[in-house]
Amino acid sequence: MRSRFDDPPSKSDSDDRSGKGSVHMTHTLAPKNAGEVEEAVRWAHGEKKTLAVIGTGSKRALGRPSQVDATLDLSGLCGVTLYEPNELVLSARSGTPIAEIARLVADNGQQLAFEPADLSALLGGAPGTGTLGGVLAVNLSGSRRIVSGAARDHFLGFSAVSGRGETFKSGGRVVKNVTGYDLSKLMAGSFGTLAVTTDVTIKVLPRPETEATILVLGLDPASAVAAIAAALGSPFEVSGAAHLPGPVAARTDGVLPAGHSVTALRLEGVAPSVAHRKAMLLRLLDSRGSLGELDAAASATLWRTVRDVTPFAAPPGGADAARPVWRISTVPSRGPEIADIVAARTDADFLFDWAGGLVWASLAPADDAGAAIVRAATASCTGHATLIRAPAAVRAAVSVFEPQPAPLAALTKRVKESFDPARILEPGRMWAGV
Amino acid sequence: MSVAMPPLDAGVLARRDEIVAALRAIVPGEGVIATSREMRPYESDGLTAYRQLPLVVVLPSTTEQVSRVLRYCHQAGVKVVPRGAGTSLSGGALPVGDGVLLGMGKFNRIRAIDYENRLAVVEPGVTNLAITRAVEKSGFYYAPDPSSQIACTIGGNIAENAGGVHCLKYGLTTNNVLGCEMVLPDGDVIRLGGGHLDAGGYDLLGVVTGSEGLLGVVTEVTVRILPKPETARALLIGFDTAEAAGDCVAKIIGAGIIPGGMEMMDRMTTAAVEDFVHAGYPLDVEAILIVELDGPSAEVDHLIERVSEIARGCGARNLRASTSEAERLLFWAGRKAAFSAVGRISPDYYCMDGTIPRAKLATVLHRTRELSEHYGLRCGNVFHAGDGNLHPLILYDANDPDQLARAEAFGADILRLCVEVGGVLTGEHGVGVEKRDLMPSMFSELDLEQQRRLKRAFDGKELLNPGKVFPLLSSCAEQGRMHVSGGQTAFPDIPRF
Ligand SMILES: Cc1cc2nc3c(=O)[nH]c(=O)nc-3n(C[C@H](O)[C@H](O)[C@H](O)COP(=O)(O)OP(=O)(O)OC[C@H]3O[C@@H](n4cnc5c(N)ncnc54)[C@H](O)[C@@H]3O)c2cc1C
Repeated sequence: MRSRFDDPPSKSDSDDRSGKGSVHMTHTLAPKNAGEVEEAVRWAHGEKKTLAVIGTGSKRALGRPSQVDATLDLSGLCGVTLYEPNELVLSARSGTPIAEIARLVADNGQQLAFEPADLSALLGGAPGTGTLGGVLAVNLSGSRRIVSGAARDHFLGFSAVSGRGETFKSGGRVVKNVTGYDLSKLMAGSFGTLAVTTDVTIKVLPRPETEATILVLGLDPASAVAAIAAALGSPFEVSGAAHLPGPVAARTDGVLPAGHSVTALRLEGVAPSVAHRKAMLLRLLDSRGSLGELDAAASATLWRTVRDVTPFAAPPGGADAARPVWRISTVPSRGPEIADIVAARTDADFLFDWAGGLVWASLAPADDAGAAIVRAATASCTGHATLIRAPAAVRAAVSVFEPQPAPLAALTKRVKESFDPARILEPGRMWAGV
Repeated sequence: MSVAMPPLDAGVLARRDEIVAALRAIVPGEGVIATSREMRPYESDGLTAYRQLPLVVVLPSTTEQVSRVLRYCHQAGVKVVPRGAGTSLSGGALPVGDGVLLGMGKFNRIRAIDYENRLAVVEPGVTNLAITRAVEKSGFYYAPDPSSQIACTIGGNIAENAGGVHCLKYGLTTNNVLGCEMVLPDGDVIRLGGGHLDAGGYDLLGVVTGSEGLLGVVTEVTVRILPKPETARALLIGFDTAEAAGDCVAKIIGAGIIPGGMEMMDRMTTAAVEDFVHAGYPLDVEAILIVELDGPSAEVDHLIERVSEIARGCGARNLRASTSEAERLLFWAGRKAAFSAVGRISPDYYCMDGTIPRAKLATVLHRTRELSEHYGLRCGNVFHAGDGNLHPLILYDANDPDQLARAEAFGADILRLCVEVGGVLTGEHGVGVEKRDLMPSMFSELDLEQQRRLKRAFDGKELLNPGKVFPLLSSCAEQGRMHVSGGQTAFPDIPRF
């Protein structure tokens, strides 16, 4: 079996997927089914070859760049294997394009409630690419995170090949399940470092009948987050809560009125409910600033913009391409404080999502991408920061993920080793030595 | 009845006095309990069929004490079983004779409530309901609502990933916990997550939730709290067949409606319940469905109409919509009393907890009826219809050993059937010792070995809560069960779902 891969068929011999210099690829293994994935990983395990694991490679620039011996390309593992809209469940092979899944569920009046972002504007590459396995591996989630959870909350079960080359499964196709450890959670956000998922099952949910967005204009971040807290503390079910300071709001292709900061609150549901909640919230927020509204179409455009962080898009060669982008997760009320601390020390733009708890920061270029400044801010306010966009050399030099205290770092390492003792899967992608 | 557990460590038993003394040096005074009489209340959990006195009971009150106890036990090679309120229905908190029973009851304070960020920081021994009680005056609540909520602790909820009737819409424990502080079996203290939504790094909090106390001892928990819905109304609907009721559930969800709760009961259970609580349930139907809609009043009224229409389209025989809070609670009263009511019509019952894909409901009910005939035992069915979590209640008389054996075989067959149709062994009660030996019906040896490896990453010496979740490697162990005898359960006052 092993000999099949002694001289594996090369899909591409170059490292051009890593336009950002993230991976030096020697060759690509392109399995067509789960059995071939197992064979490929066994081969790598036996030969002590390290593997990058990709779907379409759209998120290759996330994480620490690493030197690997080969790339395991899962785009051949494609297709929805089970979709039962009335059961709110969908299973697909890992390499199935996320766009195909989004289309399929939309045709059935459903959606992936965790709103996976398309990071192409931020990271470069073609929009609309990416696979379901990839979305789960990085645990992407958009503005609805505050009510519907992250990708991890919709990930019900999977089959995967561990770094030992062993196929195993966990979870199932039902929502309520406490049979054994919930390994789906662990796989979500593990960036391919633990096991290669071949088949995944997710929960899908009804798409709201309609939506609308309320705008509060001219607030500073702290007052914005306070207004948002008042709205989220009410029973009027806000499903998106973001704040865009003036210069950032100006970069939304005309969706938002120019010349002000904009605080946006999304309402989704059946029409009478949205109308009722909108009226109640407009009353609740009346004293906080001048108010505006977006209809369903404009609302959908705005939240796509927020989800994909397009105000921080950096066309290659443009002036912004060199600006590092950070993703900071904190307690919502501390978001503005973190922004203030960072802004006092460098030129920075911010976009606040998740009621203030998710701060996207675009900083002036610096040798360490601003890591020292950002991490000092998160340390004093609680939370953690991930470097999302920076040249490969910088991502190799600074901690892309938040450094962990010693006992947690040691546990993280042991968890990695329990799946991939030889460290052949994406070694070093999250932390050096993991 | 007894259940096979890992062999006792004679060396540990011989050193008992020394171990007790060492633990007293860490937890002073009443925090260490070593007499059989005083340890008796800890000998079993909600699965009262199994009883075992521990080596010693330790009741720490600080994280530092938990850390020192675990560090000592790790060095001394002593097993440890964590315990919250002891309401587990799968034997998760069953002590081991050569191990410490670590009771977390003294961790009973709410440390912080932060309405602005919609979270509460609590100690693990705080009861589920106490969180809601602490925040409800400000219009908030903690969403997961197991029916044991007056007694069970948030630490136990994390360990079992507890659910409740509202988890279809609001999620299980795992979807409502933001962070925790935890002591690893070697005594190291770690923090996972916090007040922010994304924990960062591997989602170890997600793994710890539902890990049945096998990975570490939780010493602090941060949970999300939610604003209470503006209003709630319920529909009580009767159907001529369980199939029609199941069809109605599918059509409601197919129409894009996710109710706050959606519960089904079969004819036998309904009759038992009606006798008991007089809720006005229809008795001439095969299945009743309770559908609750919550949210802004405009939405609830709108959806009550739509669900009613769907139900009529599915051939509902009768349909009532609650028009007052009292009526809504009355609809629920019967459902909440279902277990106790069944306890009144049979000397004993045995409660199962499988989850199935909802579309398989008719098949599973049909096969259950066949099994019921085959084993010569009656079986009622209570169903969290929205999420497919089935609680068949097998009626038997424990005084008749043959009936007991048949009930156990019947139960195991039902769980295997759940797995066969694409479901799982347990939806919310946990594997514990009860379903441990059925795990191979759902998982391959490689699946289980990967889980054991993860266990060892946390607990290299495998000292924490041994004998639970994983089949004992070399045993023909008897399977454990949740048996309720003469209505005498460990927690007779708790309404059962
Ligand atoms: C009448 C009745 C009704 C019930 N209804 C429901 C229901 O509707 N939904 C539902 O999900 N469950 C239900 N249960 C089951 C039970 O209440 C839950 O599993 C609950 O979460 C257990 O909490 P506990 O505090 O009693 O934990 P215990 O029973 O004491 O322990 C359960 C497990 O948690 C571990 N543990 C406890 N505390 C800690 C800690 N601090 N750190 C690490 N591990 C810990 C223990 O080792 C054990 O494995 C019901 C039980 C009863 C008796």
